[in-house]
Amino acid sequence: MSEFLHMGGYAFYVWTSYGIATLVMAFGVVKPLLQHTQLLRQLQLKRKRGLR
Amino acid sequence: MLPWLTALMLALLAYGLYGGLVLAPADYQQGDSFRIIYVHVPAAWMSMFIYMMMAVSGAIGLIWHIKLAEIVSICSAPIGASFTLLALITGSLWGKPMWGTWWVWDARLTSELILLFLYLGVIGLYNAIEDNRTASRAVAILALVGVVNIPIIHYSVEWWSSLHQGPTVTKFAKPSIHIDMLIPLLVMAVAFKVYYAIALLLRCRNELVQREQGARWLDEILEEK
Amino acid sequence: MTTPSLLNAFLSVVRRDLILAYRHRAELINPLAFFVMVVTLFPLAVGADVELLRRIAPGVIWVAALLASLLSMDALFRSDFEDGSLELMVMTPHPLSVLVLAKVSAHWLLSGMPLILITPLLAAMFDIESDVIGILFITLFLGTPVLSLIGAIAVALTVGLRKGGVLLAILVLPLYVPVLIFASGAVDAAAAGLPVSGQLYMMSAMLFLAITLTPWPTAAALRMSLS
Repeated sequence: MSEFLHMGGYAFYVWTSYGIATLVMAFGVVKPLLQHTQLLRQLQLKRKRGLR
Repeated sequence: MLPWLTALMLALLAYGLYGGLVLAPADYQQGDSFRIIYVHVPAAWMSMFIYMMMAVSGAIGLIWHIKLAEIVSICSAPIGASFTLLALITGSLWGKPMWGTWWVWDARLTSELILLFLYLGVIGLYNAIEDNRTASRAVAILALVGVVNIPIIHYSVEWWSSLHQGPTVTKFAKPSIHIDMLIPLLVMAVAFKVYYAIALLLRCRNELVQREQGARWLDEILEEK
Repeated sequence: MTTPSLLNAFLSVVRRDLILAYRHRAELINPLAFFVMVVTLFPLAVGADVELLRRIAPGVIWVAALLASLLSMDALFRSDFEDGSLELMVMTPHPLSVLVLAKVSAHWLLSGMPLILITPLLAAMFDIESDVIGILFITLFLGTPVLSLIGAIAVALTVGLRKGGVLLAILVLPLYVPVLIFASGAVDAAAAGLPVSGQLYMMSAMLFLAITLTPWPTAAALRMSLS
């Protein structure tokens, strides 16, 4: 296992690139999801105000 | 549809990563550092694929005035830009141990960088124009101009780099890739495509909701919640 | 009133722009001064080593020409957009792309031409040999119109925006890359005593492509900016 993590001496380069990839791709999904909930909340508020 | 796609992507990612990081033998020249290929190459492929998608859907939106195509076009831009950035970062992380420097003025690196600038231009233009419909059309025109230019830019850069330097490029010439290395690579590429679909759907949903505020179907959905 | 022929329309747009520019002579100097100043900055930045300067001179001159052309691009459609004559042009029976071509030609005569004419002077300051100066001259002659034509697309896209300046640069500069590469490549090759006809053919091809293709997206972008 530690050999696997060691990556034949290239651990830093390999794992940073995978780490950055994970971060960037996770951000690409999480951000629109957050935006979505926020957007829906805003619209709900607007609608309630409109109904009253 | 989203859960299915997510499951598919996770399965593909898991298989691709396992195959790439564990099963594939270490490269006889580059050792284990070549394993960066499994994020780097799919990201680079995606960066180009998404630009094409953006231009094609932009053209469809421009010609037939289909709102959805416009939305697909503009929502693709940030995803494509992030893939381009990813390809550049992982590329330089790969280049450091292999070439000894973070950056080489090599043809592919340079044209990828220019691609990033093109993406930034598209995003900047979209944000600068207030009216969404006008902005989508502007972006579509720009993306089409970019598509015509990309081959020209690519070949000119290639020509330029072959003029300025020889030896670093030959390092790129991979020894013909082993099948155990290739399969995970292709799987990863498909996984990235599915990821693109997911991210695109999420972004398009937001954009659509934002544009269609006050439409009846939206009201009905809100009613149910 | 009869509609003038296409050629007449083209020429009258060119003439109108030239006259307008003549009335604002002082503005014509600005891109030129900018060009010369940028070129002057390089020796100050990298030192007065004649050998080094001679080697980087073609690149320096080309980058400066590119920036100067970018700087002057912004004004291409702006005044016409502001006083409404652009809308009139859209409404004429003539294809907008032809009128766009006329405007770009006039603009190039006013901003590109002076740059080319002053280049031999700058080249002499960098101690470039005379036959290399000739090649530099030809590349500028073939290249700067391409810059104007490509830039026109981006200007048309941003003309309605208040803060278009920096955005314009971001949109345009990546598209300028091939011109820059082939032009400075040609001059480099000439300086090394190599044949340059290949690069010059490529540049002429780009020029003709740009003349025939770019007016369409520019016209489309103008229509969009006006709607």
